[in-house]
Amino acid sequence: MRVVDLADTTRRALNAELHALAPETNETRWRVENPGGQHALAVGLKAPVTVEIAGHAGYYCAGMNQLATVIVEGNAGVGVAENMMSGVVHVKGDASQSAGATAHGGLLVVDGDASARCGISMKGVDIVVKGSIGPRSAFMAQSGNLVVLGDAGDALGDSIYEARLFVRGAVKSLGADCVEKEMRDEHRDLLRRLLGRAGVEGVDVAEFKRFGSARALYNFHVDNAAAY
Amino acid sequence: MDSHNIPRTLPRFSATFDPHTLSEIRRAAATGIYDIRGGGAKRALPHFDDLLFLGASISRYPLEGYREKCATDVWLGTRHAKTPIHLKTPVTIAGMSFGALSGQAKEALGRGASLAGTSTTTGDGGMTPEERGQSQTLVYQYLPSRYGMNPDDLRKADAIEVVIGQGAKPGGGGMLLGQKISDRVAQMRNLPKGIDQRSACRHPDWTGPDDLEIKIEELREITDWEKPIYVKVGATRPYYDVALAVKSGADVVVLDGMQGGTAATQDVFIEHVGIPILAAIRPAVQALQDLGLHRKVQLIVSGGIRNGADMAKALALGADAVAIGTAALVALGDNDPVHEAEYEALGTVAGAYDDWHEGRDPAGVTTQDPELAARLDPVAAGRRLANYLAVMTLEAQTIARACGKSHLHNLEPEDLVALTIEAAAMARVPLAGTDWIPGRTAF
Repeated sequence: MRVVDLADTTRRALNAELHALAPETNETRWRVENPGGQHALAVGLKAPVTVEIAGHAGYYCAGMNQLATVIVEGNAGVGVAENMMSGVVHVKGDASQSAGATAHGGLLVVDGDASARCGISMKGVDIVVKGSIGPRSAFMAQSGNLVVLGDAGDALGDSIYEARLFVRGAVKSLGADCVEKEMRDEHRDLLRRLLGRAGVEGVDVAEFKRFGSARALYNFHVDNAAAY
Repeated sequence: MDSHNIPRTLPRFSATFDPHTLSEIRRAAATGIYDIRGGGAKRALPHFDDLLFLGASISRYPLEGYREKCATDVWLGTRHAKTPIHLKTPVTIAGMSFGALSGQAKEALGRGASLAGTSTTTGDGGMTPEERGQSQTLVYQYLPSRYGMNPDDLRKADAIEVVIGQGAKPGGGGMLLGQKISDRVAQMRNLPKGIDQRSACRHPDWTGPDDLEIKIEELREITDWEKPIYVKVGATRPYYDVALAVKSGADVVVLDGMQGGTAATQDVFIEHVGIPILAAIRPAVQALQDLGLHRKVQLIVSGGIRNGADMAKALALGADAVAIGTAALVALGDNDPVHEAEYEALGTVAGAYDDWHEGRDPAGVTTQDPELAARLDPVAAGRRLANYLAVMTLEAQTIARACGKSHLHNLEPEDLVALTIEAAAMARVPLAGTDWIPGRTAF
């Protein structure tokens, strides 16, 4: 395992080394000591390597990730895994606002809670939050799946498009055009697979409710003006 | 007297309730919805036409028109980027999306810009291979919607433009109506075909200048500090916005006035929010000067640039380059009277067509209809754009030589006077024939 200590190495040097890795590299295990909550750690990775961050990360950790697995052993700041394309990002603590924002693919797992705007404008990513999520999560969520084992804050799924939301706990309120939908077998199967990928065991998918778009605001019409 | 012989006054329209206003009231009353259109502000505004160059005479030496060099090149992104951009002429093509424009139009913009030695810019909707392939220098926009945003394209870009706003609608997002959402546009934006695609007005993962600074750091880290990072703002409070963009780490600031076009926005927004570019340049330049970064952080201005005189005036006021959007579309063939009959069938006339959001542009520019789009030959349209850019550059050189300048960037406010008090105050140059700069000097 390659160990990089940010107490005596710059973030720039770390990211440059990670960017230089070829897809077939043998240096597949990395550990980053003393991250100190620095921003933009392990961003723009494009090789199938695993990077463990031994502590807290600042803003945009693992931003635009492709193929890599990034594990944050502490908390993650704003926009963890923002615009991720593929790979896995696992936050063992809590995540701040806009976790997984605009992400197109891959899997984001948050063991703790995620703050406001979790999954905002998500475009295909799968997000599993083992705790609760804050208000205005999944705002304008386009596609992908957001699974929440705890509760969801105000205005969940406001102006949502085709993303699927699964919440086990209470939902404080739903946003415009977001409605509860029937859980059919296909959704239960999907949820089981998502929970399995996130390493969640012993949870009954029957405890979840599914939410998605009523599709009433997909084309602007003046009669709906009050809904906006 | 015979009542038939009494002289009668002509019918008189109200200046306040003019025919256009009356027609808009009737349209609103009939439909219950505001008017959406493309383009920029159409009302008369203080503009570059209100400025004149003084030219050389006894107190200044001119340069020989066809003999002496007047350089036009510009470097952009010299502050932090490892690979700044070097353009042959300081007029760039502004961001316009594939989606709003046809694939052929985007390709033509790339071809024209490349022939002229300048850059073109993506838009809300991502980068197409045709555009990348035909653009020697391509600026990749980073927008609130992040439609089509991916790190592979980010790495292919020559510069990254973080879009905060645009002059036509500062503070507003966008809307691409369902009729323009073809299969390809839908796929690039990760949304179903045929639905309205709303573009957010705020970025999803940062708020305010402190966050923007961290966001710019992230983009630099992802691209290994190679590419210039532009920040684009709509002209509203240019002094503060430029200062905050610089504080956030921008290499280049793009400032777009209210005459700058949009693909689709409410007419009321276009005409009533934001300020003209003429009023925005000097405060922006002042911010750069106060920070000691004028010419180090480059300023690109846009919004109603039409010819080499506009470009020369913008540069004289302190800009490093200008950008064109509407003018470039016209050069490609948009609103050409050759399509007059078809424009009339759409209820308008050539030159006034602005229902770009409806996607029925007979010129094949602002459409996703395959048959209409196929009317635009990207090679010929690109050639027209290159010709137009060459004329703009020659015109600006003509003026600069007359003012005795060996480089367009040597033009300065001292070369200018204003025709109106308003323009004198906004551009901070004297009213012609006086020493008076309203708000700056005594009359």
